[in-house]
Amino acid sequence: MRKFWALFTARNMEFYRDRAALSWAFIFPLLIIVGCALVFSKPDQTLIRLGLLGEAQSYNDLAIAQQNYTDITEYSARERALEQIAHHQIDLLVSRENDGLRYWVNPESSPGLAAQQLLRALDGDKALHEEQLTGQAVRYVDWVMPGVLAMNMMFASLFGIGYVIVRYRQNGVLKRFQATPVSALQFIVAQVASRLMIVVVVNGLIFVGCDYFLNLLMLGDYSLLLLIALAGALSLLSLGLVIASRTASEELAGGLLNTLTWPMMFFSEIWFSLENAPGWIQSMANVMPLTHVVKAARAVMIEGAGFAAIAHHLLALLITTLLCLLLAARLFRWQRE
Amino acid sequence: MLESTTPILEVRNLTKHYRLVQAVKGISFSIPTGICFGLLGPNGAGKSTTIEMIEGIKKPSSGEILYKGAPRGEDFAQQCGIQFQSTALPDFLLVREVLALFHSFYDKTLAIDELVTLCDLGEFLDQEANRLSGGQKQRLLLALALINDPEIVFLDEPTTGLDPQSRRRFWHLIDRIKKQGKTVILTTHYMDEAESLCDDLVIIDHGKIIDQGSPQALLQKHLPHRQVSLHTETVIESAAVTGDVSATPGVVTIDTLSVEKTLQELMAFDLDLSTLRVHNPTLEDLFIKLTGHALRD
Repeated sequence: MRKFWALFTARNMEFYRDRAALSWAFIFPLLIIVGCALVFSKPDQTLIRLGLLGEAQSYNDLAIAQQNYTDITEYSARERALEQIAHHQIDLLVSRENDGLRYWVNPESSPGLAAQQLLRALDGDKALHEEQLTGQAVRYVDWVMPGVLAMNMMFASLFGIGYVIVRYRQNGVLKRFQATPVSALQFIVAQVASRLMIVVVVNGLIFVGCDYFLNLLMLGDYSLLLLIALAGALSLLSLGLVIASRTASEELAGGLLNTLTWPMMFFSEIWFSLENAPGWIQSMANVMPLTHVVKAARAVMIEGAGFAAIAHHLLALLITTLLCLLLAARLFRWQRE
Repeated sequence: MLESTTPILEVRNLTKHYRLVQAVKGISFSIPTGICFGLLGPNGAGKSTTIEMIEGIKKPSSGEILYKGAPRGEDFAQQCGIQFQSTALPDFLLVREVLALFHSFYDKTLAIDELVTLCDLGEFLDQEANRLSGGQKQRLLLALALINDPEIVFLDEPTTGLDPQSRRRFWHLIDRIKKQGKTVILTTHYMDEAESLCDDLVIIDHGKIIDQGSPQALLQKHLPHRQVSLHTETVIESAAVTGDVSATPGVVTIDTLSVEKTLQELMAFDLDLSTLRVHNPTLEDLFIKLTGHALRD
């Protein structure tokens, strides 16, 4: 324990005193916060967000759909469209049915009620059937922020642990530790613990910052979100350890880490949902730990999911962590070969 | 009785193969307790590979390494001190923090104040360890090698790259360690260093031991002659002095087994002896004689 604590403290001091790295650890998230605040605080220019079930062409007679202030989204899946109404993602949903036009509105949404009045004014000559659906407003920023936080966690974890160990191996620090009674396990655990603390603290600060500026939706439990952050960071750190286990070149490590991070950035549902993507892409996404972090965090934040609802994501992260740690332990070398 | 005769370290038929080369080819030697033992050889001779196999950093391909008469146990790292040829330390840590970090790794330790005095670290304790001068850094690395008060200390080319003053200062430190009764194992390609510090040494080239003994014994065995040279225009016949005479324009050189006798003979010529020089053979000369090439080749 004494050795672990000494290594843990030394690594933390190294991180704290590396002003460039420390600044970047906070500047990068700050850029994310500012960027998100600028992008998502901008008022929506569209007056009416109208959802249409089926193809838009079949609604040529619908006057509200022809207005230039109306933004139209087509939906093929009714369930998905109803979720959008419930979460205030669209103002009105219209479906052409045998007995006329059925529309859904969220009575808690002011734009929804305004859209309903416009529909009645413009298309009052048609047979309209009203349905009501309630639910809390979910803006795109609420949907995307869990992903942005997870992405930051991914970069901080993978590059944070990967580069440090590879650099230690390259310049001989690892060899010096090898000559002491410190075991590989003690060394690795101390590095992981130090980085885990840094990642969770920095992400916590970003969360607070984003919440201050954007008033993020948080329906679930904060402790559950912390658990997801810990499990997610551990799985990503373990993945970073596999890359760093015997690589002795920072260039190679950089290439390998980029090979891991780029697919995760695009296919882990950070920016867009993959529900309409081909099956093989969804299968690939499910192998990526970041997908589980994003989905679990999103479920907790915007759906108020409890432990049981996200347990399978946590299990996936735990399995990833164990497999990667085993592989890293098997591959680990103190020195280049 | 057994303890006093058992070598602190014994190496038997040690070999190390890499994919395409055999770096160490069946090296054997034993080291009595309390001496400074040198591994002498040019770059690439196999010295560092040998010492790293003994330290436990590299795994031998074959052979046996005995510490105090038995194979090294898992606690060997607790009992030995190691200074590598080149070592980086974690960035941004001060010298006193590096000492504290390594202090925490061992069960038995020297007090840090004692180490600071022993290795003259006082003047730069609060400086960043990775920003020290070459000599200061080597003294810090020596302190780290001594932090567990080891019985045996491995120093792998500790003065390479240091200026002459720093090298001399480092030699004094090694002398202090020797006086404490510790066994020092030193690799070097500096002849003066080996002659000054080592009680016993092996000369290694191409992964094999060429010869072993004390510096004086090896020189006496292989190079018993001294060279006496003198700037003079006088012709000195071989028959007039004891030894082989060779001459280049203005310089006469005599290879002799007895410098005293040669000097007496030269005085009979009534020459100006103010330019007379006596050259004692060095380990460098010995190495060239034994291997046919210089140590730094």
